[in-house]
Amino acid sequence: MTPSLRASRDASPNASPDGGGHGYSGVPRWLYLPAAVGALFVMLPLVAMLAKVNWGQFIPLVTSAASLDALGLSLRTSAASTVVCLVFGVPLAMVLARRPFRGQRLLRAFVLLPLVLPPVVGGIALLYTFGRQGLLGKTLELAGIQIAFSTTAVVLAQAFVALPFLVVSLEGALRTAGNRYETVAATLGAGPTTVLRRVTLPLVMPGLASGAVLSFARSLGEFGATLTFAGSLQGVTRTLPLEIYLQREADADAAVALSLLLVAVAVAVVGLSYRKPGRQVAA
Amino acid sequence: MRNAFRKAAALLAALGLAASLASCSPAAGGGTNTTAGTVTVYAAASLKTTFTELAASFEAAHPGTKVTLNFAGSSDLVTQITQGAPADVFASADTKNMTKLADASLLDGEPKDFATNVLEIAVPAANPASVSSFADLAKPGVKVVVCAPQVPCGAATEKVEKAAGTTLKPVSEESSVTDVLGKVISGEADAGLVYVTDVKTAGSKVKGIPFAEADQAVNTYPIGIVGSSKNKELARAFMELVAGSEGRKVLVDAGFGAP
Repeated sequence: MTPSLRASRDASPNASPDGGGHGYSGVPRWLYLPAAVGALFVMLPLVAMLAKVNWGQFIPLVTSAASLDALGLSLRTSAASTVVCLVFGVPLAMVLARRPFRGQRLLRAFVLLPLVLPPVVGGIALLYTFGRQGLLGKTLELAGIQIAFSTTAVVLAQAFVALPFLVVSLEGALRTAGNRYETVAATLGAGPTTVLRRVTLPLVMPGLASGAVLSFARSLGEFGATLTFAGSLQGVTRTLPLEIYLQREADADAAVALSLLLVAVAVAVVGLSYRKPGRQVAA
Repeated sequence: MRNAFRKAAALLAALGLAASLASCSPAAGGGTNTTAGTVTVYAAASLKTTFTELAASFEAAHPGTKVTLNFAGSSDLVTQITQGAPADVFASADTKNMTKLADASLLDGEPKDFATNVLEIAVPAANPASVSSFADLAKPGVKVVVCAPQVPCGAATEKVEKAAGTTLKPVSEESSVTDVLGKVISGEADAGLVYVTDVKTAGSKVKGIPFAEADQAVNTYPIGIVGSSKNKELARAFMELVAGSEGRKVLVDAGFGAP
């Protein structure tokens, strides 16, 4: 039995028995109708936006100093928050996937909370944690660290909303992979850290990669928490979504042009990374 | 054959649904249609308290009528009305946005100025940075939050800066005056530039510090009737209430000035 076959079966315990079979596609024809509606529902608004772009002004609008600052800041902060997510999300996913303990379900629920929380609520919560008057903010301020209105605040807001994406992807991958190979490695005398480095991580690399990409994409789109928590200043805290929101007040053409830019960046990021690892990510 | 037919039918049905979704989207921003006895008022966010009060007294004075209120930033409201939202009355926080509607021939008759508003410095109740004048805002270490120049309160801020000869180095330029106020209330900012009426609404959570240069940037609030209104009589009655003596009293109590 190949690992990937076992993986797909373990991953979906309640899938129909012939769902993952050989040659049988298993898609009833009537499913194409709602599927087409679903696809249109996602694509039509993007087409509508494309139709609104003022192409004559497009290049000057997206290459203005404010736009370039916002794009650069967005890419930098999203990269930073993805790193933050990896540093804390990988251990968190390991703990959630591998060791059952009291309160695990509760912990998982809390980790997933930012997925369903309106970002503005996340922003308020962060404000009361890292703000000047906040739980940790007061201590940090005494230590000379000011987070409010800094680029760090943007990264924190993004990491807060993006972390669940990484944890969910990786935890799923870890459960799917099972711990058979890890057990074998351990019986052959490998220590836990060696097993993690040589067996577990290579095994779940596709899941880790897609989780990291999703985190990056989510960070790129972060708006509500940033607006509430970090403020909005060109080159410091005004990321691309905030710039779009502001431009919309004064210049609709600029807002549409920047939106298209953000869509293009997001499509490039997601498209690129979903192609590279190939089938395994989809599995 | 059959297969192809089904595919085509599926596609058509999907497109039909998409089209119907598209056609009902412009109405999504507004409330009910303007049936007799209902007047839909789109008003700038800063008018929330006063217009809610005025709407109640309008309904009391005209039994059987209902006032539906929609509050948002003036430019958002203009966008919604331009996209066909069913508004009868539009009250803007500045003349610029009212002019946008007039230029698009979406107004019925001339708009009327009904209130003015000026900027004030808002500081947290404890005033941690000891701000007492406009010049204090430019001192190093004072965290000032203002509106971005693209929005009305930010345009007013720029004018005031010029009049005072003081250039501010804000830590954040927000896209709405409520966001500025929020950062002062939470204590993140040492000071913010907001409207007099915002300071009044915030109550004891912030302290207002008036400054002389504020008079250089007086914001005028116009009210007008939307051309597509199906209930112009009732719309005009509401506009008269706002611009009349009762409206004036409610507005002045909230800190607005007379035009």
